Amino acid sequence: MTRVYDIAHGRAGDKGDTSNISVIAYQPGDWDRLRSELTEDRVKEHFGHLVTGKVTRYELPNLHALNFVLEGALAGGVTRSLAQDAHGKSLSSLMMTIELPD
Amino acid sequence: MPKAANVIRIGAGAAFADDRIQPAVELAEKGELDYLVFECLAERTVARENQTRAKNPELGYNPRLVARVSAVLPACLRNGIRIVTNMGAANPLGAAREIARIAREQSLPAPLCAVVLGDDVAELLRKNPQLPLMESGKPLETLLPNMVSANAYLGADAICRALDTGAQFVITGRVADPSLFLAPVMHHYGWSYDDLGRVAAGTALGHLLECGAQVSGGCFADPGKKEVPDLARLGFPYADINADGEFWVSKLEDAGGRVDLATCKEQFLYELHDPANYISADCIMDITGAYMQQEGKDRVAVRGVRGKPRTPSYKVTVGYDEGYIGEGQVSYAGINAVARAKLAAEVVQARLKDNGYLYSEVRVDLIGMSSLHGAPDMRAEPYEVRLRIAARTDDPKAAEAVGFETRALHVNGPASGGGGSDPVVRKVLAVQSVLVPREWVDPQVRIVRTDK
Repeated sequence: MTRVYDIAHGRAGDKGDTSNISVIAYQPGDWDRLRSELTEDRVKEHFGHLVTGKVTRYELPNLHALNFVLEGALAGGVTRSLAQDAHGKSLSSLMMTIELPD
Repeated sequence: MPKAANVIRIGAGAAFADDRIQPAVELAEKGELDYLVFECLAERTVARENQTRAKNPELGYNPRLVARVSAVLPACLRNGIRIVTNMGAANPLGAAREIARIAREQSLPAPLCAVVLGDDVAELLRKNPQLPLMESGKPLETLLPNMVSANAYLGADAICRALDTGAQFVITGRVADPSLFLAPVMHHYGWSYDDLGRVAAGTALGHLLECGAQVSGGCFADPGKKEVPDLARLGFPYADINADGEFWVSKLEDAGGRVDLATCKEQFLYELHDPANYISADCIMDITGAYMQQEGKDRVAVRGVRGKPRTPSYKVTVGYDEGYIGEGQVSYAGINAVARAKLAAEVVQARLKDNGYLYSEVRVDLIGMSSLHGAPDMRAEPYEVRLRIAARTDDPKAAEAVGFETRALHVNGPASGGGGSDPVVRKVLAVQSVLVPREWVDPQVRIVRTDK
């Protein structure tokens, strides 16, 4: 079993009620695998209980990175959210727990 | 690394209002900097400072300005470093006067200050209630009764005009964060907005540096997996940029942290959505063709950033009053801890209801189990758990009652609940955004005479 954590790193950022989470391959060779297995649907499923809106994935081949944009992920956004982690800074750690098929 | 002859060097002195201070002093002392930029204004900070200024017209600039400027001013004056900062918040003129006072207090020559004004567009918005909110599409009108501030994200052009005066200290209110860094570069090399690639490169430099240590090893360490040397002495970053817009991100050799492809890529994608269309006040940045190269220890080159012309509008952040959030916390441990915490949450909510308090939204968190990523059913029960109850209301008494009833669980709740927190009541300043045509906004530069 491989987790995203094992082959990639990333960071979560916030803009209003939208979170973006980068997933960056440590090794260029792992980028293709992330690209084929870490799909929008896979991420949407994993974040389903937290994210009310659309999940969009952008590819950055030069950086061996994917960028996921999760709408409606921050309980109304950092300035009004009741959440403890209103910025959703910890959401990148949730991305890292996704298991990839071997 | 010694500075090459064909670059200018810009340091990141702060990434938010409450950032650490000492790393900026080290940069000013040892970094061979030309410019030092302090970004201290989060989305709602201007709104908060507007309220402060309403109570005391002398205030409304960044509350930590005194501590920060006092610490860095001697080295900046000694080394001829020019400072660009948005610490002016809701009162850039007041900030300039305060800086003069700090200089006098330290028996230093008062630096020439130029202030950028014109970001405050509250009056303009009151006359245009039809403008659609970017978040919901609803008209601005719905927020106007509770609006406390409206500030346009000005661009580098206004800051350039301030730098053109020769001022050593440029103080702004709301400007786009990358513009704080792009402006000195445009000013130094004489770039115009027609130099799309260069303006985009300078914007990328700003984007990488605006969050300070997040590009030099902050928000990165994961023991055993992503090690950061000497994190306790984490240094702030600087960048060298040449006339072609090629730039290198780095940090002081003896400061803690790391600058490499991993830290730079994480920051490059931070708070970015479509990488081909990152809209800033100065351009639409496209990083899909950008690439990074490690060129020495703690030194990363960035090339290939492209740009499209800036949009015809300014983004305006509207701060508005949205009532109160009340919060309380208490802890449970050992056998059946989670069940006791859940019972406690039910009891608190029943008591609040019995008292007639109304809340538009209530959130129950089990810290240690499900407060950050939710989904408690999937997760094993922890040995100890901290209950957190937060609720939204327009009534400050109802907000206070949340923490009151949570702490009262010590005596009146389930078995062995401890560590109840003092009741927390926060006044909520929320923000939404609108776009306004560029020609509606009139940025101005004013020199503040500080030698008196």
